Amino acid sequence: MLKLLGSRLATAVPSLIGVVIVTFLLTRVLPGDTAAYFAGPAATPQAIAEIRTKLGLDKSLPAQFADYVSALAHGDLGSSLSTGQPVATEIASRLPASAELTLAGLVLALLIAVPFGIIAAVRQGSWIDHACRIITTAGVSLPVFFTGLLLVYVFYFKLGWAPAPLGRLDVFFSAPETVTGFYLIDSLIARDFETFRAALAQLAVPAITLAIFALAPIARMTRASMLAVLSSEFVRTAKAAGLTDYTVIITYAFRNAMLPVVTTLGMVFSFLLGANVLVEKVFAWPGIGSYAVEALITSDYAPVQGFVLAMAILYVILNLLIDLAYGIIDPRARSEA
Amino acid sequence: MTLATADTQKAPGGLAATLAHARYVISDNPVTGIAFGMFLVLVVCATFGPFIVPYDPLASDTAAALQPPSAAHWFGTDNLGRDIFSRVVVASRLDMAIAIFSVALVFAVGGVAGIASGFFGGWTDRIIGRISDTIMAFPLFVLAMGIVAALGNTVTNIVIATAIINFPLYVRVAKSEAAIRRNAGYVQAARLTGNSEWRILLTTILPNIMPIMMVQMSLTMGYAILNAAGLSFIGLGVRPPTPEWGIMVAEGSAYIVSGEWWIALFPGLALMFAVFCFNLLGDGLRDIVDPQRRT
Repeated sequence: MLKLLGSRLATAVPSLIGVVIVTFLLTRVLPGDTAAYFAGPAATPQAIAEIRTKLGLDKSLPAQFADYVSALAHGDLGSSLSTGQPVATEIASRLPASAELTLAGLVLALLIAVPFGIIAAVRQGSWIDHACRIITTAGVSLPVFFTGLLLVYVFYFKLGWAPAPLGRLDVFFSAPETVTGFYLIDSLIARDFETFRAALAQLAVPAITLAIFALAPIARMTRASMLAVLSSEFVRTAKAAGLTDYTVIITYAFRNAMLPVVTTLGMVFSFLLGANVLVEKVFAWPGIGSYAVEALITSDYAPVQGFVLAMAILYVILNLLIDLAYGIIDPRARSEA
Repeated sequence: MTLATADTQKAPGGLAATLAHARYVISDNPVTGIAFGMFLVLVVCATFGPFIVPYDPLASDTAAALQPPSAAHWFGTDNLGRDIFSRVVVASRLDMAIAIFSVALVFAVGGVAGIASGFFGGWTDRIIGRISDTIMAFPLFVLAMGIVAALGNTVTNIVIATAIINFPLYVRVAKSEAAIRRNAGYVQAARLTGNSEWRILLTTILPNIMPIMMVQMSLTMGYAILNAAGLSFIGLGVRPPTPEWGIMVAEGSAYIVSGEWWIALFPGLALMFAVFCFNLLGDGLRDIVDPQRRT
């Protein structure tokens, strides 16, 4: 297992290097003079020259890259132009909000999509199979910000079940003491069930929005790989040996069918992290996505760069975890490593 | 448009034969027929939109602001009293143009890079593969945000960003298709008659993998539309008051909580319509091009 971990870590390194190079290049292709840009519109030529030296823009490109990497290694992502706050601290404090939302959406999607895909494959041609196909085709055509708005309209305005789409917690509640940064877990640790309920109410609709988005690829993949496994010879043998349907489907077929689904999760995460930005905008969710969107509107550059880098590193780590999960599920992948 | 090109390649017997083939394909699979009909609606809206709409999409009429759908305003009016139906129809041109240009761009760059990668192998393949891997290391929408922010907040840059995030997909498809054909009989024949490698690549391999690339283009059109609308939803690229579906949904989002649903609903439905159309069309084209992969 350690050997597997080592080899997988080694494959993540080139991705990380690529990510750092691309984000560096993105900071250097700003149209016009970067120093003048950071100095603001009212700056004198002298102030611009000062900033150029301060930012190290008068050095050669490789030297600038070295500076950039060493700043990164110290966790320095620059400071926001509008608030003056360091980007790294801001992102670190907002990350739990985004992570809680994304994970809630993903878990919900898995809980619905996997059983749905299995049933659709086992009962091929039934109404549930047709429903699965319609939902997966429609699901990929839905703009996630649009689904979010529709759900707000139905559950907040029409039915009144959901609270107003304004962040993680109603103004009447105070945030639970920070342990994990996840309000749901923190409020349980603090045994504050009122806050837990309020946080859950705020989280429900955005998480459902993300889940609807992530559901389609997972259900489609589960169905397809279950179908492939169910028609294989070892399943036929298991059936012929007289095992119960439950044992055949869950113990034999499901574990094997999970492999392609786990692989698909990499793509699902790519979509989810992007969709997260849009959902945060719709629900005024105080995560790193809305931080980046606010910065984009005011042309504040450092937060956007920090956000892109943070998301990319997160995505590389998630892919690494998926690879490791693959090794745990499939002994063959372990021995190959 | 894409369908017509695919057909002329299949049936070089003139217009009548092309139409006959199209009719045969559509009768074979009614869903493809429906998708083709939806596509025609989009083309008509994008081409003639500004001439057929009842109102000027930019003309505001504050006396008629925030009206729900009625006989006079089919899709209602927005907060400035602009007719939403007119805006939705006129917006189709810009949304389709962004998608078509980005798909054309990524086809030209990614498709050729992929063919070269599969055809030449070696260093070409390694370098192009490394570029693809680096792009894939980012969550794609996030990378698009970063690119538009860095290059500047314009529609052109949305086209470029959308093309870049689709690059790995085109490379992969073109590469595997070109790799199969690199030593095919007709490629060796072309080589023996003295054609240069690049000439073979562009005049022999490229036309042969066109049908597969067409399917890819149709499927990515939907994704390109969603991506561009997502970017303009968060305020990148398209500036108000330009009618564009993503930005119109964004404008309507403030009114959802007070119950004015029609401002965001209709542009959102238009988005879904277009994306759904291209996804169905792509699936249908795949059935025609590659019968083995039918689902």
